[in-house]
Amino acid sequence: MSADERTSRIAPAGRDQGQSTTLPSELRPYTLIAELTYRCPLRCVYCSNPLDLERHRRELDTDTWLRVFAEAEDLGVVQLSLTGGEPCLREDLVELVAGARRLDLYTNLATAGVPLSRERLRELRGAGLDNVQVSIQDVTAAASDAIAGHRSFERKLEAARAAKEIGFPLTLNVVLHRQNLDRIAEVIALAESLAADRLELANAQYLGWALRNRSALLPRRDQLERARAIAGEARERLKGKMEVLFVTPDYYATFPKACMDGWGRRFVLVSPDGLALPCHAAHTLPGPPFDNVRERSLGEIWRESHGFRRFRGEDWMREPCQSCERRAVDYGGCRCQAFHLTGDPAATDPVCSLSPDHALVEAARAAADTGGAIAYEYRTVRIDRER
Amino acid sequence: MMSLTTRPRLAAKARLRFDRKSERTMILFPEKGLELSPTAADVVHLCTGEHTVADIVERLLQRYATEDRAAVEREVLEFLNTMAERCLVVEGVP
Repeated sequence: MSADERTSRIAPAGRDQGQSTTLPSELRPYTLIAELTYRCPLRCVYCSNPLDLERHRRELDTDTWLRVFAEAEDLGVVQLSLTGGEPCLREDLVELVAGARRLDLYTNLATAGVPLSRERLRELRGAGLDNVQVSIQDVTAAASDAIAGHRSFERKLEAARAAKEIGFPLTLNVVLHRQNLDRIAEVIALAESLAADRLELANAQYLGWALRNRSALLPRRDQLERARAIAGEARERLKGKMEVLFVTPDYYATFPKACMDGWGRRFVLVSPDGLALPCHAAHTLPGPPFDNVRERSLGEIWRESHGFRRFRGEDWMREPCQSCERRAVDYGGCRCQAFHLTGDPAATDPVCSLSPDHALVEAARAAADTGGAIAYEYRTVRIDRER
Repeated sequence: MMSLTTRPRLAAKARLRFDRKSERTMILFPEKGLELSPTAADVVHLCTGEHTVADIVERLLQRYATEDRAAVEREVLEFLNTMAERCLVVEGVP
């Protein structure tokens, strides 16, 4: 009797020269991440929205999203994540959820919890939404609101409680960094008091706004080790009650993560303005623009587009990745991190201890150990200075 | 721990779906999915809160025309306990 973990299965990447337009049958996306809007009342200092938000104002309409969901399902997608920005700002959210349910997709709403009334939650429940994921920034209103740049903490908790009362499974998501990592025990206690079904303790990924604020956010090693131990203890204690997930920051790992389970392998993301992307930051890489679902079908883009084939499999790799026995484990790590730290999107992810650029990450860790000024730069919507 | 008298049911966060590509039943839950073997799918489909584990074992014995009750009981309990640890199957009525 067995149950195969679909997200951990390795596709037969092989040595396909990348010339054929037919894919190995295993290469199908399982998850569509639908970024419905970049709009958000919050402006978190580690926001993953693009820095040049203004360029992406024109959002897809309801019919286009519904078509994209159907095309995704046809490709093999079974999971849909409705995210943003703040997806609750979309007036057609209930309609989109109902459409996803008709396709039998398992649908998760990743929300900041504002604006999300009890009445809206009931409508979403009726439309067939499967899971509600509420993010908080810290365990007190003052600290949470300082990170979010918005008074929202109490409303988030209200939304989380209402979701549970209405019968939704609840995921609580907290992005961890130097300023809140020492309160991880309180975060776990809060999740327990909310009767969350799943707690995601996700260390910040240092891209976009988080990279810009890295000196204030990157934790120290001793902090991280302590937090990891507390999370591990909670995972054991809460087994069968609450799933506790602790995501280590790349900067403290010996090897990189398989970012998105490998480029164009398990995930497809569609941005608010319709770009089909292998990950949420892929369009920050230099190179030809990614295809837009307004112009081509998702299936065509997934199978044939340059954007999805560019770093798929192993052919693009150079040393030390090319001959590394972990190349089909971590797929060279994160392309966006490689580019934003080294200027080369095809470089080995510098968080890898084998990367020739690893000193960049060691220097950032050393800076965290000596502390750094806490001066956040909040996300703004103007087109600001070049990096 | 599940026993033969437990009445397991699918957790609120989990949903079953037939997958056309693999021709298998999948159990879906936040961020993940598991592809179930045909026997695992039979068990999970019976996790409605009405049947005891003993009932489920009985059904499997009939369906697969096997007489090794002890082995089936052991396998079903082991599978259900793994699923319970992952919060995918819970005890009790809805």
